[in-house]
Amino acid sequence: MNAVAPHVAETDRLRLAPGVMLRNDRRRDQWMLMGPERLLVLDEMALAVVRACVGPDAADVAAGIDRLTVEYDAPRTEVAADVLEMLTDLRNKGYVVT
Amino acid sequence: MSCALPAFAAASQTDPAPPFAVLMELTHRCPLRCPYCSNPVALDTASAELDTATWKRVLDEAADVGALQVHFSGGEPCVRKDLEDLVAHATEIGLYSNLITSAVLLDQPRLERLQRAGLQHVQISLQDAEAGGADRVGGFKGGHAKKLEVARAVVAQGLALTINAVLHRHNIDRVNDVIDLAMDLGAGRIEIANVQYYGWALANRAALMPSREQLLAMDAAVRARLPELAGRIVVDYVVPDYYARRPKSCMGGWARRFMNVTPRGRVLPCHAAETIPGLAFETVHDRSLSDIWRDGPAFTRYRGTDWMPDPCRSCDHKEEDWGGCRCQALALAGSADATDPVCELSPAHADVAMLRDRDAAALGTEWTYRGL
Repeated sequence: MNAVAPHVAETDRLRLAPGVMLRNDRRRDQWMLMGPERLLVLDEMALAVVRACVGPDAADVAAGIDRLTVEYDAPRTEVAADVLEMLTDLRNKGYVVT
Repeated sequence: MSCALPAFAAASQTDPAPPFAVLMELTHRCPLRCPYCSNPVALDTASAELDTATWKRVLDEAADVGALQVHFSGGEPCVRKDLEDLVAHATEIGLYSNLITSAVLLDQPRLERLQRAGLQHVQISLQDAEAGGADRVGGFKGGHAKKLEVARAVVAQGLALTINAVLHRHNIDRVNDVIDLAMDLGAGRIEIANVQYYGWALANRAALMPSREQLLAMDAAVRARLPELAGRIVVDYVVPDYYARRPKSCMGGWARRFMNVTPRGRVLPCHAAETIPGLAFETVHDRSLSDIWRDGPAFTRYRGTDWMPDPCRSCDHKEEDWGGCRCQALALAGSADATDPVCELSPAHADVAMLRDRDAAALGTEWTYRGL
């Protein structure tokens, strides 16, 4: 049996997967990740995480977590746990890649 | 078709939430002759197809009704010389373009033109993990090798690639090879698509139905691999209808997520809906997609839960599976108004097992290739 895919780590650098784009749908007033035959509606928190941690110019995930820790004035360990879980989910659903 | 999309909120009590996507079957023409083709048994001819200007108007109307994506499908959409033109128009008006293709008519220059026009994603069907079986099912010599070549070009160009692997009696034992192949090609997603028995597939059911042993082995193989595949390739997999205990949420619910436009311009809630007698279908020449989506008689007929008989009406899952598939209810229970008999709560559920076991045992049955 092969190994289970690891969680996203703070040292990973993430970008949107091929065919995935961040879009604002004005008609529905929603931010979403649009991808192949699918989309994911982002709430305010998910949008902040994607903006901080994913993208062609993003540094590693740790830098994004630092930024969110300041922005939301929350303990870094809690922010890191939530962010890594969300990013792992986004990766497993094919929206972001390392 | 299964669906893992969020439902959009309706703008008002009276208007339905907008569709997520419009499937445009540009043509029924196709160089392949797969015996499980989802096209209707009575195919539209080339001369009946909508022209470029009309398809562009339909794209405008798809954006107007609130769809976010368009799926260029067929038949083989690449037989249409105006495909680049249509993709460019979709991009211009803000629609996300998917191409659902056999890939055998594609090459790198055309892929580049399509990408420049704004194409984001290519879904390529595979008939098997190996050329011999694949070309026999598709009825097209050299098709498999061509598909692999195009799939690699899709990935090399930075487009998203989905492999649609269609499984049946003759290739289900190679499901692991198909997954390995999709990963080797660099696909972001694989649809493990056990044949759904509509159209040509329904006519060929006795030549395609896998045995219970085959099904269980495939299911165990896929489930065993899911943890290691997480984060590497997205796997879309559902237990095939005839072996399931609960029905799929077909099309994400009737007239809730998708609209389908046929080559000649008929507007359908799903691509198999024309099999249902007594439904009145409008065309793109009659009214706009917005009007048809809102109150077209074929769309309102099974939208929501009001139409449901028991056991659906009193079921806790009625807003999850939406009563299953209307076309399957017609094919297996004799009425599109019935609960999908794939559901174990349906009074006709035992008949599904009987038909399945009878057809699975009909080894040696030759299929009929799709043809005009």
